[in-house]
Amino acid sequence: MSEFRFAVNVLPKPGILDPQGRAVELSLPHLNVTTVSRVRVGRRVELTVTAATEPAARAVVDGLAKELLSNPLIEAYAVELLEATSSTVSDAGSGAGSGAGATRR
Amino acid sequence: MRVGVVTFPGSNSDVDALNALAVAGVEPVSLWHESPDLQGVAGVILPGGFAYGDYLRAGVIARFSPVMRGVSDFAAKGGHVLGICNGFQVLAEARLVPGALLRNRSLRFAGRLVNIKPERLDSPFTHAATGAPLRVPVAHGEGCYYADEATLDELERSGQVLFRYVHDDGSPALDPDDPANPNGSLRAIAGVCNAAGNVAGLMPHPERMSEAILGTDDGMQLIRSFVDSAKAWEAGR
Repeated sequence: MSEFRFAVNVLPKPGILDPQGRAVELSLPHLNVTTVSRVRVGRRVELTVTAATEPAARAVVDGLAKELLSNPLIEAYAVELLEATSSTVSDAGSGAGSGAGATRR
Repeated sequence: MRVGVVTFPGSNSDVDALNALAVAGVEPVSLWHESPDLQGVAGVILPGGFAYGDYLRAGVIARFSPVMRGVSDFAAKGGHVLGICNGFQVLAEARLVPGALLRNRSLRFAGRLVNIKPERLDSPFTHAATGAPLRVPVAHGEGCYYADEATLDELERSGQVLFRYVHDDGSPALDPDDPANPNGSLRAIAGVCNAAGNVAGLMPHPERMSEAILGTDDGMQLIRSFVDSAKAWEAGR
C-alpha cells in the first residue's frame, strides 16, 4: 500500500453568485489595484489516502469530493495529486532497496 | 402524540422548537444526533443552529450523522419533516429538499424580523395559515436560496415553493437586493418542499414566534399546520 496526498480545490460554479469574490474585488481599489478582475473564492482541502494504486486513491477522493467536500449543485472541484509515498510495509515484501519511504513529488 | 426535535452538536433553536410543540399541545421529544432511532415520533423538526459548527458547508456534516438515516427512512415512508434555518440547510445538503443555501448576498449575518407569505394553503405545512404575511425572525449567514433556472421553473410549476419573502403589502421581494429579501434568495424563496410534499425547509424561525408574549404568535400557524399533518399521518397508518 502507498500513501497519496491530494488537494481538492472547490470553487463556486461559473454563474453562481460569489459574494466573497465580489467583496474581494470591491477591496481592490483601496489597494490601488486596477488590473485584477473575476475573483472567485473557494476552498482547498488536502488529504492523504492509503491505497494500492493511484487510480484507486483517486477514486476515493472523487467520491468524497462529490459527496462531502463539494455540493455539485453550486460548486465544481478539481483534484490535484501532491505527493505519493510508497510505504515501508509494502516495500519490505517487494525486496530490499526498492526505495522504502521514497517520495515522488 | 409525540413529535421529535433533533439536537445536533451546535443546534441552538432546539429548545424553542420543543417549546413550540408543547404550545401546540403535543408531546415534544428530544432526539439525539448519534442515534438513528426516532423513538416512534409522528413528525420530526430539524431545528436552527450551527450543527457541527457549520464546518465545510452549513448542514453537510450533520447530513452524515446517524440520526439522519432515521430521518431519511421516516421521510421515505411519508412522515413529515420540517427543517428550520440550519435544519433547512441540512435537508438541502441531504437532497431531501431541492436547491442549496448560499452565503447571504450581503455577506452579512441577517438577524431580524421579516415578512413571509405562504404560496399555497393546501400543503401539510401551511394549511392552518391565514394566507396573510407572517412576521417571523431570520437569523442566518447562509440563507440565499439557489437552484438553477430550470429547477426553479419546475418548483413553481409543481407547487414546491412554499414561502416567499414579501413586503408589508404581501408583494414578493423578487429583487435580490430588496431589503425585504434578507439574503438575496432567487425569486424571494424562503421555503420549499420535496416533490412528495412531506418534507419542507424554510430559513425563517416560526418556532421563535409561537406565543403572543414573544411579540406575535404568527409562527404557530405553521407549527400547527405541521403538527396537524403529523397527527393525520399517524392516524392513517
